[in-house]
Amino acid sequence: MKILVPVKRVVDYNVKIRVKADGSGVELTNIKMSMNPFDEIAVEEALRLKEAGKATEVVAVSIGPVKTDETIRTALAMGADRGIWVKTEEAGIEPLTVAKLLKAIVASEGPSLVILGKQAIDDDCNQTGQMLAALLGWPQATFASKVVVGDGTVDVTREIDGGLQTLRLALPAVLTTDLRLNEPRYASLPNIMKAKKKPIEEKSAAELGVDLAPRLEILATTEPAGRTGGIKVASAAELVGHLKQAGVL
Amino acid sequence: MATLLFAEHDDASLNPVTARALTAALALGAPVHVLVAGANARPAAEAAAKLAGVAEVLLADDAAYAHRLAEPVAALGVSLAKDYGALVAPSTAFGKSVLPRVAALIDVMQVSDVIAVVSPDTFDRPIYAGNAIQRVRATDATKVLTIRTASFTAAGEGNAAPIRTLGAVEGAAGSSFLGEEIAASARPDLSAARIIVSGGRALGSAEQFHAIVEPLADELGAAVGASRAAVDAGYAPNDWQVGQTGKVVAPDLYVALGISGAIQHLAGMKDSKVIVAVNKDEDAPIFQVADYGLVGDLFEIVPQLKAEIAKAKA
Repeated sequence: MKILVPVKRVVDYNVKIRVKADGSGVELTNIKMSMNPFDEIAVEEALRLKEAGKATEVVAVSIGPVKTDETIRTALAMGADRGIWVKTEEAGIEPLTVAKLLKAIVASEGPSLVILGKQAIDDDCNQTGQMLAALLGWPQATFASKVVVGDGTVDVTREIDGGLQTLRLALPAVLTTDLRLNEPRYASLPNIMKAKKKPIEEKSAAELGVDLAPRLEILATTEPAGRTGGIKVASAAELVGHLKQAGVL
Repeated sequence: MATLLFAEHDDASLNPVTARALTAALALGAPVHVLVAGANARPAAEAAAKLAGVAEVLLADDAAYAHRLAEPVAALGVSLAKDYGALVAPSTAFGKSVLPRVAALIDVMQVSDVIAVVSPDTFDRPIYAGNAIQRVRATDATKVLTIRTASFTAAGEGNAAPIRTLGAVEGAAGSSFLGEEIAASARPDLSAARIIVSGGRALGSAEQFHAIVEPLADELGAAVGASRAAVDAGYAPNDWQVGQTGKVVAPDLYVALGISGAIQHLAGMKDSKVIVAVNKDEDAPIFQVADYGLVGDLFEIVPQLKAEIAKAKA
């Protein structure tokens, strides 16, 4: 069984982003970029399934402009077998479009499982996996915290509001990862060297037959309304006095 | 064209986030129909019919919709979509799973986590864990929106909207329900609570979390939350997590105990009306958003706080 893992290049999660003064977006020049943390969890899960003998090949795919291949290399250094890079002019391709591109790649690759991060930490959309599953007509399990591959099925425990839910999906299927599914490995230096020799196939949106035109027009990007620190109080009694006065008790 | 709101419910009752999402749906300016999909879900539909501003409730009551799995509910949503100008759901685990599926099948780009309706086609939404707000205009004819319910007040009650029953729609199969572990709790639901008491890594253990955070919450009649660090350390269950990737909350009062205030956590609670922080590190970033900060040992302060609150209520 082949597993396809889409990965996204995003601003590193440790970077405190800055909104451009002219409202045109977020400052991205000379900013550290990394693989979306949820996608690292997706790569890790695919690798564990391969190491457990449940999968035969792990293919990492990413969509984006120059340097997106660095993110694919990260997946290869973790242990993915090969990469596919859908090269675009711009970053920030919308989830619906990404889902269409991935659908075309699924058609040529024929994976039994696609594992994605539940959301990217840049646009926080939380859509791509569900959209891909819909376009393929496959079952989905979002927010996975445990994955058990059976014979032609996969049992997935999901983090839902109030607790956990377990679903059984018929393969092929789409999964999206939540934080507690696993702890992703770090790529070792020898594996980083080895990853340089692994193949990355380049494709274009045109050859996949997908129109990249966005459907959402971004009018402005602004700083959120700031919140300033209040006062320090000296005791629990003083605090309760303030809370009574504020009328929140 | 009318707006279709997907209700969040558990068949027996309507989740209060539905009334908040309704406020966002009504802001689109069109009549709002509420879709209640479930099995034996009439009580939830009756509760939805009472919400002020609802024009009609659509009840799809069928075994196919038990547990509201994404595939059948999305197929139902697609079958109804052509009659609606907008499809709306709260940003819950259910809404987030179902709505993008519907959006893709009707070839619409969804707007996730709407925090403000600027006009019927223009919306504000947070990106980068709420560190930037994007204003977007949706150009698709049908709007598909998930709503960050903490940003909207709940619609009132006092209505008696008609309930129309729908038959089940042939949907894609492929998924089946095996089981669920939902923690039973007498405390209010985190996403709708008026007061939340949250604990962080400084609690040190699950036992101390239980012994320190929960009694204060119960004294206040509050829901209990946790930082990601506390959840990862196993002090609190994962559905208590407040933050970018957990629950986003905006209660009247948020009490952060031993939480340093990572940006991912602040993203989940900084819209609370009043924030209180107790932390022994006076430089902790949580104090930059707290209205009232108390520097000190939470193991000493929290029991005092509980006693003072009991006194204040007496």
